Amino acid sequence: MAVYKRTYKAYEGALTPAWSRFLILPRSAYGRLMQSKFLVMYLVSCFFFPLGCAAFIYATHNLSFLTALNIPTGPVLKVNNTFFQFFCGFQAGMAVLLTAFVGPGLVAPDLANNALPLYFCRPFTRAQYIFGKMSLLLAMLSAITWVPGLILFLIQSSLAGAGWARENSWIGSSIFIGLLVWDVVLCLIALALSAWIKWRIAAGGAILAVFFAGAGFGTAVNAIVRTQYGSLFDLRRVIGFVFSQLFRELPPTTEVPVSDAWTALAVTSVLCLWLLSKRVKPFEVVK
Amino acid sequence: MTPIVELDGLGVRFGKRDILKDLRVSLSGRTIGLLGPNGAGKSTLIQTLVGFVRPGTGTARVFGHDIRRDPKPIRSLVGYMPENDSFISEMSAVSFTRMMGELSGLPRDAALERAHEALFYVGLGEARYRTLGTYSLGMKQLAKLAQAIVHGPRLLILDEPTNGLDPPARTRMIRLIQEMRESGEMHLLICSHLLRDVEETCEEVLILKQGRIVHFSNLEAERAANQRFVELEAFGQQDGFAEALTGLGCHCESTGAGRLKMTLPVGFEVRDIYRLAAARDLQLRRLNYRRDTLEEIFLKAMES
Repeated sequence: MAVYKRTYKAYEGALTPAWSRFLILPRSAYGRLMQSKFLVMYLVSCFFFPLGCAAFIYATHNLSFLTALNIPTGPVLKVNNTFFQFFCGFQAGMAVLLTAFVGPGLVAPDLANNALPLYFCRPFTRAQYIFGKMSLLLAMLSAITWVPGLILFLIQSSLAGAGWARENSWIGSSIFIGLLVWDVVLCLIALALSAWIKWRIAAGGAILAVFFAGAGFGTAVNAIVRTQYGSLFDLRRVIGFVFSQLFRELPPTTEVPVSDAWTALAVTSVLCLWLLSKRVKPFEVVK
Repeated sequence: MTPIVELDGLGVRFGKRDILKDLRVSLSGRTIGLLGPNGAGKSTLIQTLVGFVRPGTGTARVFGHDIRRDPKPIRSLVGYMPENDSFISEMSAVSFTRMMGELSGLPRDAALERAHEALFYVGLGEARYRTLGTYSLGMKQLAKLAQAIVHGPRLLILDEPTNGLDPPARTRMIRLIQEMRESGEMHLLICSHLLRDVEETCEEVLILKQGRIVHFSNLEAERAANQRFVELEAFGQQDGFAEALTGLGCHCESTGAGRLKMTLPVGFEVRDIYRLAAARDLQLRRLNYRRDTLEEIFLKAMES
């Protein structure tokens, strides 16, 4: 066991580069998050659907394998843009729940006991703080959304051949862009609500309310004002429009133009950043 | 002496209210006390120095770095212990202190080693694996001190370090501050409204009132100067005693009932007072060096 002298001495060693210090926050928070068995179980369950999809892709290219197992092989679903759009929609829903579990633990614990002055009295900026906190959730969301999506795309490409991969390379880009945009929006919503609601359970509830109550509110607006623009309050629907455009599955007429859906996502992100800038400060001026 | 903190016409305004007004002073002591009544602007001055608040007018320099232009180098050199609770309740003290060390730029292993050392140093060695949420108020204060010194700052800023501490915990905190001062490794800026804390730990004192500097002095120098004042109380026939002391160069003033207040000339030996009293068969019942206590300095400053 180490024995420490009760004397004070200054530190004279080397320092780490300033740009890398934001990584300290996700590393520290990851350890704390992984202590929750429920979260670990949910995270594992998020990979069941991608595994099922991988098995399905394998099966569609190995019908003889199914026949050998005496599994009837009728008309089989094609692995195409519709398949990947469905995959993205499903995993985007799983990402919402993961955000509701992880998001409240990001900023709220620092605000609950006024820890922010201790971060910002060091050579550490507000932008680094927000980016550091965001990076953990973004990494976890990425691990269940676009990363398995791209792995599925690669599996399909390797089984279907180079011709299919060349012809459908845009699907890979759509998976990456669509899900990354969704992940970033989810991260910003989670951070903003976590910064304003110190009580974790309430913050988690608020994150879910943004998606589920937003849908109800949008429907009510549509019914009362007799418009379709209320759908923009339903973020799951909004990302649905975006996926439809990215996967070239857009119906001839949509409730709202897809450009408005992109604008709604941008406005949501800007609003969240504004809320964060108001809250993530080293001290509070009491008026 | 190289100035540690220089205030150069520093002014801070919140909304329409001036919190700090045209502060000009150069602080160079090993330990500097920042005093003032509630609302005098002490905490705002500290928050301005660490870059939380942007100055409205003027500027300040910490170790020569301008707070407007170089806030990051200043934050690397400074350790800050805030007044209020500041911690993450579910983290253990060692994880928390280590994280703060890493945020200051220490590599992982060095930060862990320094976190252990800092916690042992402040007296939380045995409790370092407990979560901060389970700590008592005194332990939380010590944990705040540990995180402030973990990276080895050159200037340690302590905002009300003895706030809410019971007498033994206060004594321990004061002793730690004195030890750090005597280590010679860092300068300390201590903000407090407890005069006794500042008197026990500080060399220089800066007193603020309504955002302005009303007094700045070196306590050691003031104490040395005040050693020339003596108060004595004698019993017996005192005829000619005051005159005899005046003859030796003292300035005497009777305050009644055998009491005298005297200002001693340079080179005066106190034993001469005993010699004169013995010659007149007087009993000296009390003889004090009268010091201008910090309380008197503070009260004078408040009246000014």
